[in-house]
Amino acid sequence: MSGWEVVIGLEIHAQLATNSKIFSGSATAYGAPPNTQADLIDLAYPGVLPVLNEEAVRMAVKFGLAIGATVAQRSVFARKNYFYPDLPKGYQISQYELPVVARGSLKVMLDDGTVKTIGITRAHLEEDAGKSLHEGLANATGIDLNRAGTPLLEIVSEPDMRSAKEAVAYMKKIHTLVRYLEICDGNMQEGSFRCDANVSVRPKGQEKFGTRAEIKNLNSFRFVEKAIQYEVTRQIELIDSGGTVIQETRLYDSDKDETRSMRSKEEANDYRYFPDPDLLPLEITPSFIEDVRATLPELPDDKAARYAKVFALSAYDAGVLCASRELGAYFESVVAGLSAAPGANALPGANASAAKLAANWVMGELSSALNRDNVDVGRSRVTAAQLTGLLLRIVDETISGKIAKEVFEAMWSEGKPADAIIEAKGLRQITDSGAIEAVIDAVIAANPKQLADYRAGKDKLFGFFVGQVMKATAGKANPAQLNELLKTRLDGAKHA
Amino acid sequence: MSLTRQDVEKIAHLARLSITEQEMPVYVTSLSSIVNFVDELSQAQVGSVVPMAHPLDGQHQRLRPDAVSESDHHEKYQQNAPAVAAGLYVVPRVID
Amino acid sequence: MLHNLNIGELAERLGKRQISSVELTRHFLGRIERLNPALNAFITLTATRALEDAASADRRLEMGERGPLLGIPLIHKDIFCTEGVRTSCGSRMLDNFVAPYDATVVARLKAAGTVMLGKSNMDEFAMGSSNETSYYGPVKNPWNTAKVPGGSSGGSAAATAARLAPFATGTDTGGSIRQPAALTGVTGLKPTYGRVSRFGLVAFASSLDQAGVFARSAADAATVLQLMAGFDPKDSTSVDAPVPDYSAALGAPLKGLKIGLLREFFDGLEARNAALIHDALKIYRGLGAETLEVSLPHLPLSVPTYYVVAPAECSSNLSRFDGVRYGYRCDRPKDLADLYTRSRGEGFGAEVKRRIMTGTYVLSAGYFDAYYLKAQKVRRLITDDFRAAFQQVDLVISPTTPTPAFDIGAKMHDPVTMYLNDIYTIGANLAGLPGVSLPCGFVDQLPMGLQLVGPHFSEAKLLNAAHQFQQATDWHRHAPRGYE
Repeated sequence: MSGWEVVIGLEIHAQLATNSKIFSGSATAYGAPPNTQADLIDLAYPGVLPVLNEEAVRMAVKFGLAIGATVAQRSVFARKNYFYPDLPKGYQISQYELPVVARGSLKVMLDDGTVKTIGITRAHLEEDAGKSLHEGLANATGIDLNRAGTPLLEIVSEPDMRSAKEAVAYMKKIHTLVRYLEICDGNMQEGSFRCDANVSVRPKGQEKFGTRAEIKNLNSFRFVEKAIQYEVTRQIELIDSGGTVIQETRLYDSDKDETRSMRSKEEANDYRYFPDPDLLPLEITPSFIEDVRATLPELPDDKAARYAKVFALSAYDAGVLCASRELGAYFESVVAGLSAAPGANALPGANASAAKLAANWVMGELSSALNRDNVDVGRSRVTAAQLTGLLLRIVDETISGKIAKEVFEAMWSEGKPADAIIEAKGLRQITDSGAIEAVIDAVIAANPKQLADYRAGKDKLFGFFVGQVMKATAGKANPAQLNELLKTRLDGAKHA
Repeated sequence: MSLTRQDVEKIAHLARLSITEQEMPVYVTSLSSIVNFVDELSQAQVGSVVPMAHPLDGQHQRLRPDAVSESDHHEKYQQNAPAVAAGLYVVPRVID
Repeated sequence: MLHNLNIGELAERLGKRQISSVELTRHFLGRIERLNPALNAFITLTATRALEDAASADRRLEMGERGPLLGIPLIHKDIFCTEGVRTSCGSRMLDNFVAPYDATVVARLKAAGTVMLGKSNMDEFAMGSSNETSYYGPVKNPWNTAKVPGGSSGGSAAATAARLAPFATGTDTGGSIRQPAALTGVTGLKPTYGRVSRFGLVAFASSLDQAGVFARSAADAATVLQLMAGFDPKDSTSVDAPVPDYSAALGAPLKGLKIGLLREFFDGLEARNAALIHDALKIYRGLGAETLEVSLPHLPLSVPTYYVVAPAECSSNLSRFDGVRYGYRCDRPKDLADLYTRSRGEGFGAEVKRRIMTGTYVLSAGYFDAYYLKAQKVRRLITDDFRAAFQQVDLVISPTTPTPAFDIGAKMHDPVTMYLNDIYTIGANLAGLPGVSLPCGFVDQLPMGLQLVGPHFSEAKLLNAAHQFQQATDWHRHAPRGYE
């Protein structure tokens, strides 16, 4: 790899979350039986004509504003002509020379915490094609046009990414952004958010770009990363062995973890773009733009900056918590709950410690559970109020942090609040000094050799005694009290 | 400007039109004649004139409210279809 | 005779219940049965449906409802989608296609209570100037059945001239209403682009197509236009502008009207044709109009411009005909490529294939700038020429066609010869202007037309000028022998 530089650009197709299609009044809901959401316009019947959906335009403008791009005062729809069964008109209505959104950019935080600005060349409106299905049809393909005509926003990045990880970070940021803006539900399994990657390599220091290959229709962050990694290796090996990279379209095979050439698209397509005569130029006035600007929510970067400041979180933690509006809302709700609780510590810095506690649990236990069950935070089996309830029991020392993790798992699987589980399982911390001392005495009595070794100077055995007491109390002994009492007992006996 | 047979084959392929052996020379001749005719345009002095895609200037695209206005009529529409199975339009196998 | 009455007279008799719509419809159906076989003006006859529609119109009339077209029979060019009725566009590709919806024009005329007698024959997908490219055979000119009626709306023109209906709809992309109107001695109107909805009109060239009407007088055309015109939210190119009362505008004196004679087209024009136009100008001067010469210097480029722009748009518009969702599918396609190329190769006729290929060529990489982009620039120059002319005159006049109707088969050997028939009409399509052709005399016992073109949305002025000419002359009352 050394000596080579990787150059990546991504084209992301985000399905806009409108109720109806971009040029027809058909519904866009996912999962309907075949061809039940395809009207005469979607079916490209003779004589039909397209009329543009206002909401699709608003959503495009919203995106343009969020990436600091110029929104075109005048943009034009163009026909992209080619034949494919899922493209009923034999052309796709898209935008070519004059897209609705021109150059913008996005700040992306990489794994190591550094921030890189990725340029976005343009974003334009176009219509989605239908679907081809092969199962159950001998030697034939079945075409479902429900998806044909769904509005898409095609977001084209500059070739600014230099590694697969950078590309994934950018893709995740766009994913977060479109969901924040509520213009796309980002559901990759359902195909609402798709990515094509343009990948090339060049010797380090060379200015000219190498020939690029396009990998189409990657629908998960993981696949994007793996496909790019495979492709980079393929291209480098190819060039090293004297071959040349051909400009072509490739598909990623996730089973074999490799990219391969797309046979049907091998021939260079002459799309014969020309302005669509059935649609007039789209004019966007300054007042339309201001109307849309007024509907912008707090953007992820601004929210993250706010979190870092107000809650004294690291930039990294703030970024993670802002990955979705819902996660941020959950977090803020827990912090508010902790701060408002009676007896909440009113000392300065208390807010910060409440935030830190909430952040750790939201990024830790909660996120693990959400990932494990593949569930959105909106469908979390532990609500923000319930998590707050649990954390309060740590703060008021009813349970230790370690026991709390056990309680959380039980809350997740049983759907019950913390108190109910603590009671039912008898997980209250033991804070009665007498009770703890009694257990300590029993442990000491049962382990004379370790006692002798400890008193002889093996300080590490302190941990052994702690472990034994915790075992005997099923983890419920208050750790701070335990430490204090144990030390007194062990040392005290020392001086005896 | 004359078109060659290869030119016509390429265009026919882009346009997905089958042309028989007998028809080919006829199309080569007639298309060449048409292209020759429209080549007259190359004489025109157009300066910096903006191309005209729509005959009425100063018009812009109307926006439609985002409302679902169509319902399912696939049975009616598929009466015209040459081949349908389980609600899908059937074509020979498409290979990617 | 019923078929010689104008629309206003028919409406009056229907209103007075002197005749019923059913009787009127039967009268025309009878004529069609007798006279159409010699003309081949129809692709589909809808006799049963027509009688049902007529009965329903009669019920409305009985209830006291009145309307300018209530109970009046018409013919629709087979390019308009008509629900439940075959819509073939004169092509094998749609020979089996039954439209599941009505075009807006059809729906509006239906709501007004018209009775559809059938769908008229036309050049395939509206591509032609002689109605010789139809899959269903050529249409004959009722004035001389060895001659063409013009195209692409040849069936509607011939049927109107033969008095098989009081009026017929048509479409005009490069002259397809005006030219056949001239060759068959009837009045043909192409409105301003965007005046009449294109929704449901099978697209040939989207920035040029307009729906219009054939009738035997400008007054009748005004009545029909009144109901066809108006904004349609389903057509993005439809203009949201008020529709004036066209009939009320008829009768305004022409004093002070300035009519411009197109200088560019008088060289090489046959003397007898030129004489008819000069005679017409005399009539107009007699009516108080002023006539002067105007120059549209880029107009001679209009035909090559059109034959780049129209094929380009049609090559894309016709891509949807692929044998997948409707229309002709070839027998036993061996793979997808075969399905496409043979369904389209077998479904389309030669002229359509020529135009698709011409369009594909002028849009293709390497040729786009030299052809398509250049043509759209020349289009603007032509439009600007008209705009400049309309600073000096109210209307522009010219012959509609260079010659009267030619023999069937005479021009089929070379497409370019055929294209030059449109030399006077095409400019109005490129500039989106309204135009009307009206009968102005005969050459070799065949009708000739004069064409008036006006600025955008000047239909009222245009129809009035045509109407006044028809009050002062009687060319429009002549009927072909055997069809009186």
